[in-house]
Amino acid sequence: MGKSIIDKIWEKHVVHREEGKPDLLYIDLHLVHEVTSPQAFSGLRMKNRKVRRPDKTFATMDHNVPTINRHIINDEIALNQMTTLEKNCAEFGVELAGIDSPYQGIVHVIGPELGLTQPGKTIVCGDSHTSTHGAFGALAFGIGTSEVEHVLATQTIWQNKPKTLKLEINGKLGPGVSAKDVILYILAKYGVNFGTGYVIEYAGEVVRNMSMEERMTICNMSIEGGARAGLVSPDETTFEYLRGRKYAPQGEKFDKFVEYWKTLASDEDAEYDKVITLNGEDIAPMVSWGTNPSMTSPVDSTIPTMEDYKTEIEKSSLKRALEYMGLKEGQKIEDIKIQHVFIGSCTNSRIEDIRAAAKVVKGKKVHPGVRALVVPGSQQVKKQAEEEGLDKILTEAGFEWRESGCSMCLSMNADVVPSGEHCASTSNRNFEGRQGAGARTHLVSPAMAAAAAIFGHFVDIRKLTTVESV
Amino acid sequence: MSGFKEFTGKAVAMDRANVDTDQIIPKQFLKRIEKTGFGKYLFFDWRYNADGSENEQFELNRPENKGASILIANENFGCGSSREHAPWALLDYGFKVIIAPSFADIFYQNCLKNGMLPIPLKQEQVDYLLEKGKKQPFVVHINLEEQKVTDGDGFEAEFEIHAYWKKMLINGWDEIEITLQLKDKIEEFEKTKDPYTIL
Ligand code: SF4
Repeated sequence: MGKSIIDKIWEKHVVHREEGKPDLLYIDLHLVHEVTSPQAFSGLRMKNRKVRRPDKTFATMDHNVPTINRHIINDEIALNQMTTLEKNCAEFGVELAGIDSPYQGIVHVIGPELGLTQPGKTIVCGDSHTSTHGAFGALAFGIGTSEVEHVLATQTIWQNKPKTLKLEINGKLGPGVSAKDVILYILAKYGVNFGTGYVIEYAGEVVRNMSMEERMTICNMSIEGGARAGLVSPDETTFEYLRGRKYAPQGEKFDKFVEYWKTLASDEDAEYDKVITLNGEDIAPMVSWGTNPSMTSPVDSTIPTMEDYKTEIEKSSLKRALEYMGLKEGQKIEDIKIQHVFIGSCTNSRIEDIRAAAKVVKGKKVHPGVRALVVPGSQQVKKQAEEEGLDKILTEAGFEWRESGCSMCLSMNADVVPSGEHCASTSNRNFEGRQGAGARTHLVSPAMAAAAAIFGHFVDIRKLTTVESV
Repeated sequence: MSGFKEFTGKAVAMDRANVDTDQIIPKQFLKRIEKTGFGKYLFFDWRYNADGSENEQFELNRPENKGASILIANENFGCGSSREHAPWALLDYGFKVIIAPSFADIFYQNCLKNGMLPIPLKQEQVDYLLEKGKKQPFVVHINLEEQKVTDGDGFEAEFEIHAYWKKMLINGWDEIEITLQLKDKIEEFEKTKDPYTIL
């Protein structure tokens, strides 16, 4: 019987195994950011411990950096976290892409773009969206601060072996349907904890045809389905993306690694604990209307009603969500008006996402009364977008063009959605208060967000493309 | 971390499903660089009104519910962001034990690593505790060695916990210390198995 990539990577990283204990796994890459690391470094200091492998550790600041006037940080506590990270990295010898670095950006955007993220690696970071890196065929998952300290000190982590779930998406996606819609569709269909206890391997024709950017978008939101990690077996698309990147193996070494990486892909006859099969043709552009990512529906449909749910707990969740969102049961999704648009976050802030948004808004204007923001995922994405002239297209349409960071994905900096207002957001979480107290978040793809910016409400971009091509 | 064998405390009910860590501790409070002091921000958006006064509608604000150390909640507790500030906030507020039908993976581990015990029970068992707690808080007894929860009213439930975590909690051990005892094995792994050394 064949093995899945999940089992293969796992077995290759077991340092110690003992009856009645989790496995001790070796960690190949530890990414660090300013919010979840200060307590870990101070823990090391207290016990006089060192970072075991600074060369396998990489830090950046992203969560609370300003995306405008970068050097005027009024929030003293945020500033304190940033300078604390600088001090910690200097003291413990960890490489840092700080606020002035051309490589600064959201930790899950820069790992891949610098080539740090590679197939077969075990990757951890004190952030739940570490699952993003799984797109490269890495086993990547978020950890808490105690674990950050543990990995810094030992380069290992105690883990129980997760179960494996193969999620196969066959067929083709229709025009206007993106990777973001695929993952939102999955969450709408299977809920926010179908993946708990599992690592998901995304497979099938749809995934094979995806670019690395699209694969990252899907893997990114694995955690929204409860799975700590999601991954895709590496293939030529993966290798091509990595070739020549700053921290990827270079020259002959790269070819050697490609041979090794190829052996990691799941075997045809690999066994899984669970298999789910979907059809790409069934997926429409999606819009979330509630307060968790499974509360999502196709753009051309309506918000569910009480009758659609059976259990009391589902009914009361619906009621609570709609109250918070200021929406009604049965309301048409396209009738939801928005006042803010956020294109950014580790889900959708890479170059392809910005291209998709620019394509929709080119030559058009942001609807009056709508504030629209584009926050590139990294300084490198920003630079490339500017070279392609995408910033011009967006700013001419009325978008604000910002510096890289997490920004309005969690609004730890000054980028906040005011209470009661609606935001079409390309981020990954629509929890109560995520984008600011009382803020109402709708999760969508970059193209859908861009279209909503132009119209002031959600529109089915499939209709737009037909209208245009007529 | 001190050892944890048995625990008796006041249990309160919070009948909400999918309580995410953004709700447990909103992000504006993540900017501290210490582990303590998060308790006053626990469930901030539910607990306080916009003017900073206490929201009387919120379960934990009922006068009789104050000083509780056991929280009973509904399914998928602790989902969302991996922030360890969530267990820190619950602990700092005074909770030592959380009972729910299910927990998000990362949150579950984060609790254990901070000496807090998450107890998964069957839905109908949790429903019983929730209904009881909605009327008034009550005393719950937890025996970690026997993996049992009792309420002094005849309710008794067994719960699961990995033997490893049980031992860690009971002894109050520091995980890093245990791992560093395996230093030779880590070194050997780096020399003989790490593809970045051998390829
Ligand atoms: S962009 Fe959002 S989800 Fe991603 S790391 Fe930043 S805060 Fe977390």
